[in-house]
Amino acid sequence: MNPVTATQQERMMDSMQATVNGQDADLSGVTSHTNALDWLRGQGLTGCKEGCAEGECGTCAVMVARPDGDGGTLWTSINACLIPAATLDGQEVVTSEGLDRDGQLHPVQVEMAQRGGSQCGYCTPGFVCSMAAEFYRPGRAESEDHGTGDHEHGPNGFDLHALSGNLCRCTGYRPIRDAAYALGSPADDDALAARAGSPAPAPVATRLAGPDGEFVRPTSLSECLDVLAEREDALLVAGSTDWGVDANLKATRVPLLVAVDRLEELRRVEETDEAWTLGAALTLSEIERALGGRIPLLAQMFPQFASRLIRNGATIGGNLGTGSPIGDTPPALLALDAALVLASREGEREVPLAEYFTGYRTHVRRKDELIKEIRIPKPLAGTTAFHKIAKRRFDDISSVAVGFALDIDGGVVRRARIGLGGVAATPLRARDTERALEGRPWTRETVVNAAKVMAAEGTPMDDHRASSRYRAAMLGTALRKLYADAPSREEESA
Amino acid sequence: MSSLSQRPDNPVVGVELPHEAASLHVTGAALYTDDLVDRTPGALHAWPVQSTQAHARITRLDVEPARSAPGVVRVLTAEDVPGVNDAGVKHDEPLFPSEVMFFGHAICWVLAETLEAARQAAALVEVDYEPLPALIDVKEAIDAESFQGGRPKMERGDVDAGIERAGHVFSGEFQFSGQEHFYLETHAALALVDENGQIFVQSSTQHPSETQEIVAHVLGLASHEVTVQCLRMGGGFGGKEMQPHGFAAIAALGSTLTGRPVRLRLNRTLDMTMSGKRHGFHAEWRVGFDDEGRLQALDATLTADGGWSLDLSEPVLARALCHIDNAYWIPDVRVNGRIAQTHKTSQTAFRGFGGPQGMLVIEDILGRCAPMLGIDAETLRRRNFYAEGQPTPYGQPVQQADRLRRTWDQVKETGEWTARVAEIEAFNAEHDDVKRGLAITPVKFGISFNLTAFNQAGALVHVYKDGSVLINHGGTEMGQGLHTKMLQVAATSLGVPLQTVRLAPTRTDKVPNTSATAASSGADLNGGAVKNACEQIRERLAQVAAQELGVSAADMRFDDGRVFAIGQEDKAVEWAEIVRRAYFQRVQLWAAGFYRTEGLHWDSTVMQGSPFKYFAYGCAATEVEVDGFTGAYRTRRVDIVHDVGDSLSPLVDIGQVEGGFVQGAGWLTLEDLRWDESDRPTRGRLLTQAASTYKLPSFSEMPEVFNVALLEHAHEEGAVYGSKAVGEPPLMLAFSVREALRQACAAFGPAGTSVDLASPATPEAVFWALSEAREGGHQAHLQLDDGAVSDVPEQRPAGATGAQPESEAVLESSGTPAQV
Repeated sequence: MNPVTATQQERMMDSMQATVNGQDADLSGVTSHTNALDWLRGQGLTGCKEGCAEGECGTCAVMVARPDGDGGTLWTSINACLIPAATLDGQEVVTSEGLDRDGQLHPVQVEMAQRGGSQCGYCTPGFVCSMAAEFYRPGRAESEDHGTGDHEHGPNGFDLHALSGNLCRCTGYRPIRDAAYALGSPADDDALAARAGSPAPAPVATRLAGPDGEFVRPTSLSECLDVLAEREDALLVAGSTDWGVDANLKATRVPLLVAVDRLEELRRVEETDEAWTLGAALTLSEIERALGGRIPLLAQMFPQFASRLIRNGATIGGNLGTGSPIGDTPPALLALDAALVLASREGEREVPLAEYFTGYRTHVRRKDELIKEIRIPKPLAGTTAFHKIAKRRFDDISSVAVGFALDIDGGVVRRARIGLGGVAATPLRARDTERALEGRPWTRETVVNAAKVMAAEGTPMDDHRASSRYRAAMLGTALRKLYADAPSREEESA
Repeated sequence: MSSLSQRPDNPVVGVELPHEAASLHVTGAALYTDDLVDRTPGALHAWPVQSTQAHARITRLDVEPARSAPGVVRVLTAEDVPGVNDAGVKHDEPLFPSEVMFFGHAICWVLAETLEAARQAAALVEVDYEPLPALIDVKEAIDAESFQGGRPKMERGDVDAGIERAGHVFSGEFQFSGQEHFYLETHAALALVDENGQIFVQSSTQHPSETQEIVAHVLGLASHEVTVQCLRMGGGFGGKEMQPHGFAAIAALGSTLTGRPVRLRLNRTLDMTMSGKRHGFHAEWRVGFDDEGRLQALDATLTADGGWSLDLSEPVLARALCHIDNAYWIPDVRVNGRIAQTHKTSQTAFRGFGGPQGMLVIEDILGRCAPMLGIDAETLRRRNFYAEGQPTPYGQPVQQADRLRRTWDQVKETGEWTARVAEIEAFNAEHDDVKRGLAITPVKFGISFNLTAFNQAGALVHVYKDGSVLINHGGTEMGQGLHTKMLQVAATSLGVPLQTVRLAPTRTDKVPNTSATAASSGADLNGGAVKNACEQIRERLAQVAAQELGVSAADMRFDDGRVFAIGQEDKAVEWAEIVRRAYFQRVQLWAAGFYRTEGLHWDSTVMQGSPFKYFAYGCAATEVEVDGFTGAYRTRRVDIVHDVGDSLSPLVDIGQVEGGFVQGAGWLTLEDLRWDESDRPTRGRLLTQAASTYKLPSFSEMPEVFNVALLEHAHEEGAVYGSKAVGEPPLMLAFSVREALRQACAAFGPAGTSVDLASPATPEAVFWALSEAREGGHQAHLQLDDGAVSDVPEQRPAGATGAQPESEAVLESSGTPAQV
């Protein structure tokens, strides 16, 4: 059965609309492949611009009203170029044009303008939106030095990582940092701050069909699984940070997009004595907030995962679902011995992540299945680390990524789990290295010997990111770096 | 003080102001070329068919499948060109090629009702190729003797005698990468036909007059039939000096053939695969020092990787030759230059315009040789600074050479150099796996177009009856703050508040025959022209006012919107009132201004003359920290003192210094252009053709501490209101980052280790450099070879393509062994 009938289509497409800068905006006329950026520009909003069309530059950043997990709304910055416009059905968007009120610039705009935060001005509206989202972040202004005191957090609690997905080619960033760190708190009569106190718009059952393809947002997991069972050509999208790149740069056109990012069944976080359960449709940012550092290995990984703009859209399930060998969550989750819960109309099954990937961008998930949640067993290992090798620290793709989770007890490595990315066609466990560590004392000698084993893991290749030789060398140094970062503590605890 | 450079009382220049369009930028109201499309009903959209070969003859081109696709209105091919089928001024850039010269070369263009329709239809065009040999790496082109354009030689003295005289001689080879401009706004043009066949093109161009000329010659029209306007650019950096012309011509051609507006906007992939970049270079050199480390002679051959067509490669190469000395006196010099023709994009202007490439060679030489001379790099550099009036290798005396020492000493003092050297030594002694490095480097950069004729500019200033002022000038705004400065110049010159003056978009029908906004010269040239126009008007108004007040016109003062005679401020008349009276006296209230830079001469055949009005100076000290496990690094602190003369607009100038520095650091450390050099069918394809694979500096590369000061007491006699150009010179302050990385890598080895560092110095390149240092670096080679030419060091990555260290500094011949 086709999920969209002709009569439905007419009704749905006529009624599709979003709220943009407080005004109703008509979404009819968009195709399933129209991205939000092109649609917004078509509305006459020139502030959001296309810089790269793949979520790397942030020139298209806008704010959307998302649930804060606590009954309120979180103004969330995202890349408009990466999401289908249809995902905005029933949602609220704010662009740079919607921040100034009654001819008065918004505080973010004032600081950016007066401090020389804009030169050519092309990236500026995107920076303004990313900065505004951080301006409104609950608790930001209350944390005097954010507890870290590093140069990436301002005295006003501003987290510079909020701007990690925005590129500026003119300023060298210093005046933008100064603008960010000079921000105060939203005024008492700030309309967007007030809006945050009430719930975010609920997801809307959207169905759109046209000659270019269909877009469906099911309202429940069972409805979604029905669609998957009936349509082999369906592509699941959540943050659509992968789809967006393909659609924009490769002009890939998909017959049916199924949006799963707002399915409540896929959005829970649960902790029991045995395990953590993380819903697959939670964004990286949502999980980061929900965990609050309680899974230290993931806490290390989050700030290294792409950018805040991407983490606000991309979901943990999506990062596994694409099956990429260079995603950042798989090495961490492999080290954590994670398992995936796959759901279909036939029921649910649990697959260890280590058995999930079968080849380059292939996996054991059937066409009618989706990743429902990720389970991370407890207790968590005592010594964990996430190493990411890339050209650039913010917003880059790994050349090599390593997740470490070691149980060191009495000075002996009782259990070792090491996940690797970027060194083979799939993410993989460094099983030889794990064996070279387990049962041995956590000493320099053990580390040096195991590091030699680790240097031979995987089958690293040459590409534009790194040479195979460098990748192998990075495998060879990772364990030594881990030991250098925390040698004595473990030995003292022995 | 010259009349050009002298400031009146209460000048508006020198006041710290935000960018004139800052409020438009932050709200998103500022319009760029492609923002005009939704305001232009009926616009067609253009999409190219790109070559899938690096070099091939087109044996068949069938556009019929595209022509009959839904939504397609027209497919543009060579047959459609009524004028000259060429997009350049050298006539070596066919707009529609019969022989494709690089992977991604546009073969023809599809025009359709929607961008989607044009793009889908372009994929239907059928092209058959007869493949031809393709040269990708510059060394392949050198081996094949594939060169284009002139082969300039710059020579002074007797380089062989100089080498003979030197006690310490080294030679080496160094190949380094180009750079993608990555302006956030990609190339864009929107063309329409006015009445009577008049063409109006809105283009994101740094050179509207040349865009106009190319559009005219493609269409077979005279220049007066084409108008080009540039509202503003979302970044240019040189990438829109020469490259926009062809795209504007396609849009204009499409518009004349269809009668409809045509929009052409490249997406990022198209832009990166089709438009030119900074030239990568190959350098071979031999250098001699005396026992104190004083440079005696330099013999070098620079080969610019020009890509497929000549473009601006000749002037870029000339500037590279003219900057190989950077800040250093070299008695005997011979530098040969040549331009390789490779099957890649046509490399073009990029901030610094060859200067950075020339300077990188000498800075690399000094950085590598210092340890082998047994002299620390800071001492070696300062010891070789020009003395006042010493001539450059091309014969221009170096004026204001004291500014090298002033900026250097100020950076060392405010940057707490001595204390930090000690701190870093202590830190490095305590840490095996992480090392810090600190380096200071100078910049001396010549200001003016090398080609003397380009050093002219025009302006058009209107004063309306109500006293409001509208200025036009020939320069374009790309974020560098030129318009802000021009408003300040006009307000200063007329003695009116800034708000009295507005600035209209750059248009070729307002100011003709303009030079590119390039060579850092925008404010010097256009400022001179705006000032000239304003002064003509002010003189006329002074006559009117003087007559009324019964004083001499020479005694009239214009200050903050008030006009008065010296000593009679109490009898001041409002500016608008004087304007009104002037109108009724039938006095001309508008003027065309003109400026030409005086005192320049240049003979390009012998590479001798005084091509530059003055030099801009600056120094930067940078501290980095390198992780020995990965080669990853952080820029901990940067201190800069830069000479902008008396600043026209301090906030703008500091922005240029900081932005230039970070962009230069990107070129030298991060931005990694990789081309497919394999023999696969994709040979010649740009591998890093997206923001996801070509990484430019982000917030994580910003220096953690970033102190920038403008040099004080820096009045420049030869430029408008005592200022200096600022666009390009600061980019080269970033050599300090590279040299600091070299220092940090060396710290992993024994004392006195000489380090070879690839450019860009990516974390991988740094890792190999520090790994080599750990094994003794070049010290080992020197000891092994005992003064003879050594082997190529073994530590080399087996990278896929390009940008690996190709360099080798060896002790060649020496009267006395190197003191290492």
